[in-house]
Amino acid sequence: MKLDSRIPQGPIETAWDNSRFEMKLVNPANKRKFTVIVVGSGLAGASAAASLGEMGYNVKCFCFQDSPRRAHSIAAQGGINAAKNYQNDGDSIYRLFYDTVKGGDFRAREYNVYRLAQNSVKIIDQCVAQGVPFAREYGGLLANRSFGGAQVSRTFYARGQTGQQLLIGAYQALEAQVATGRVTMYPRTEMLDLVVIDGKARGIITRNLVTGQIESHVADAVVLGTGGYGNVFYLSTNAKGSNCTAIWRAYKHGAAFGNPCFTQIHPTCIPVSGDYQSKLTLMSESLRNDGRIWVPKKVGDKRSPSQIPEDERDYYLERRYPSFGNLVPRDVASRAAKAVCDEGRGAGSGETALGVYLDFAESIKRLGRSTIEERYGNLFEMYERIAGEDPYKVPMRIYPAIHYTMGGLWVDYQLMSTIPGLFVAGEANFSDHGANRLGASALMQGLSDGYFVLPYTLGNYLAANKPDSLKTNAPEFAAAMDAVKDRSKQLLSIKGKRTVSSFHRELGKIIWDNCGMARNAEGLRGAISEVRALREEFWKDVNVPGSEGELNQQLENAGRVADFFELGELMCLDALERNESCGGHFREEYQTPDGEAMRDDENYQYVAAWEYKGEGNAPELHKEHLEFAYVHPAQRSYK
Amino acid sequence: MNLTLHVWRQKNTGSAGRMERYDATDVNPDMSFLEMLDVVNEGLISSGKEPIAFEHDCREGICGSCGFVINGIPHGPHKGTTVCQLHMRHFKDGDELFLEPWRAKAFPVVKDLVVDRGAFDRIIASGGYITARTGSAQDGNNIQIPKGAADSAMDAAACIGCGACVAACPNAAAALFTGAKISHLGLLPQGQAERDRRALGMVAQVNAEMFGTCTNVGECEAVCPKGISIEVIARMNADYLRASWKDRGARKESGE
Repeated sequence: MKLDSRIPQGPIETAWDNSRFEMKLVNPANKRKFTVIVVGSGLAGASAAASLGEMGYNVKCFCFQDSPRRAHSIAAQGGINAAKNYQNDGDSIYRLFYDTVKGGDFRAREYNVYRLAQNSVKIIDQCVAQGVPFAREYGGLLANRSFGGAQVSRTFYARGQTGQQLLIGAYQALEAQVATGRVTMYPRTEMLDLVVIDGKARGIITRNLVTGQIESHVADAVVLGTGGYGNVFYLSTNAKGSNCTAIWRAYKHGAAFGNPCFTQIHPTCIPVSGDYQSKLTLMSESLRNDGRIWVPKKVGDKRSPSQIPEDERDYYLERRYPSFGNLVPRDVASRAAKAVCDEGRGAGSGETALGVYLDFAESIKRLGRSTIEERYGNLFEMYERIAGEDPYKVPMRIYPAIHYTMGGLWVDYQLMSTIPGLFVAGEANFSDHGANRLGASALMQGLSDGYFVLPYTLGNYLAANKPDSLKTNAPEFAAAMDAVKDRSKQLLSIKGKRTVSSFHRELGKIIWDNCGMARNAEGLRGAISEVRALREEFWKDVNVPGSEGELNQQLENAGRVADFFELGELMCLDALERNESCGGHFREEYQTPDGEAMRDDENYQYVAAWEYKGEGNAPELHKEHLEFAYVHPAQRSYK
Repeated sequence: MNLTLHVWRQKNTGSAGRMERYDATDVNPDMSFLEMLDVVNEGLISSGKEPIAFEHDCREGICGSCGFVINGIPHGPHKGTTVCQLHMRHFKDGDELFLEPWRAKAFPVVKDLVVDRGAFDRIIASGGYITARTGSAQDGNNIQIPKGAADSAMDAAACIGCGACVAACPNAAAALFTGAKISHLGLLPQGQAERDRRALGMVAQVNAEMFGTCTNVGECEAVCPKGISIEVIARMNADYLRASWKDRGARKESGE
């Protein structure tokens, strides 16, 4: 395997314009002769499918939910970044680019990030035109808020439901194309395999989740916008259905997997309350704008927060990082929370006291309750519903949780994987966020990929690949369908003693303990063998009830968990291989005396791209060296 | 606490369903309703029975996947809360709960508590959008939108498409859902060009899907987990009436 990143030459400011000019075009009359499959209907998938439909391509879009509007992008709360500089506070495309490269701890491609920053301004315009009800000032202009990792106000938002509103915008554009007949929507349909013919992605195998029917779909190109793999941890802020199956199938067909160990822990989630817990709920990072984070100064202080006087509180982020304070990037905030809890200074009365206070008392005094209500009302309500406490009166208790995966399928500058014709967009690709994503950047990347990158790069690929008469009766489709059916049959025939969820929960704990907020070589080695043993037990002792030819949620979940086992092992291997700390990847052996991440640019300034080498063989590591011609790598400092 | 559940079990759309009784024991008050069902399902699987199928995804009240009727109330007794965000602390030991799927002709049961809400997607496809071809937009600040209009549009846009409004309505009308979209887009300057077309198209699709007619009962507003006001229905009716009148005039002129 040879990695060709296809990064354009020349100055970064004009690189995207130049490469667009060099791309081949598909004649308008010929577009309808090409079929493009888009798997996933979140921000990346829906925006790509809608845009490609508008251009005249024949699009088939798939999602496992009952409607494309339910994709997990919908749950993003805080906002979307754009370098509009509407606040006149010194923002620019270059500054957004700079912040994102630095925020990613110098493990992202400069040219990709610059393009992302350029596209950010067009995304806001596009979404406003679609009717996304962004927050406005009294004068009718767009409002902004600030977010972690930046010192300018560049985040656009729609209350605490920005992801919902952006997704609804893309979904409506998608449904408009469905009405024209240019997009065919396949809800409740899960991709279970990729079909590669003559080295090119030519279709997918799906399961109709209502009837159990296994079907083939042929296309000239395939786009995966299937999201991240945070659910490998079992407890995460992802939706219950979010899974890695589509990207994992592609990996097993030869698509390289980039930086699997780069996962993001979000600092502000509601802490775990019991072992029945099915998921974790995020409280938007925007809360850190007005909330102050603290823990008791004394170890083991079990008093209720109102009983702890001001001088016995440690506002540890403000103390350690005076210039960014509570707005340090997510990886830094998460590790700092873990550190104070490890010292035994966690908030709350429980045995473990895994939590820190996020306190709004001072903001409420300064700004008034109505302003806080206006900014965060729905988040406060959500907190009260889950935790049963009123955050206007009692400080919130928060703790870090898995939220996003920067890793994903490796793609070149044109978002094509190492399998020609297989494109990957949004969180599913290894992305523009390097080793850590800044807040309000996921929505930006998903929409940039779908609205403003794929429509050009996909055309460039298709123009060089003339339509042919391939049909689903080709032998490769029949073989792939048989393999998918056999796997379902196997899962149903084990009839063991343990439920799918019990395996998933155990896998998640192994990964969280060893490949979560802090990692070390010994733990990672142990985790790899534990995951292998558990996976073996899974295939011997899992109990999947019901049959294949019906709605069977246990069977769906069993297939997803089976893939999480394999991906979990690769994550640990990647984390073990990367002997440095960077962004969300914190190896305990590599830290500065004051506990900050210590990068090793000499040896690890690369993207790790893993190639599948067959069952039972070790995957092969390929390295894409990263160049930094514009932002000079330095130790990130938020002090 | 211990609860008795009576749950609607139905194998598929074609077959008949029935209520079945289950015990939920040792329920922790901090659990969400769906987590309580998860535990019941784990027990059913372990004893060789088929688990209860219910729809869910984000479990934070925003994706709109979940929802069923608890003791006659869509999403259960706690106001402004989807069933995934409903916590067991709102129930008490010994409660007897009846769980049923949304009941509406336009929402056929797929299995147990899962229904087919595809009709909602088809209503959106019939005009619930603003045509803005990718790449053709002007600068976002060129369109000034008074804060009040943006806020009212956002109130309507908060709809999660769960279908509780239809389930609560004695007529199984989709007026709150459709009105919310017509209001969201109609309150914004960007939505004016297609405003008439939108109202005509969406209302025609609502009728084609065999939803009932709104008779202003207001049950929909009472159960909406996002607190959408029936004011949106008034806006829909006004838009529809105005568009029908203008449409009639236009058709007369063109001799149709």
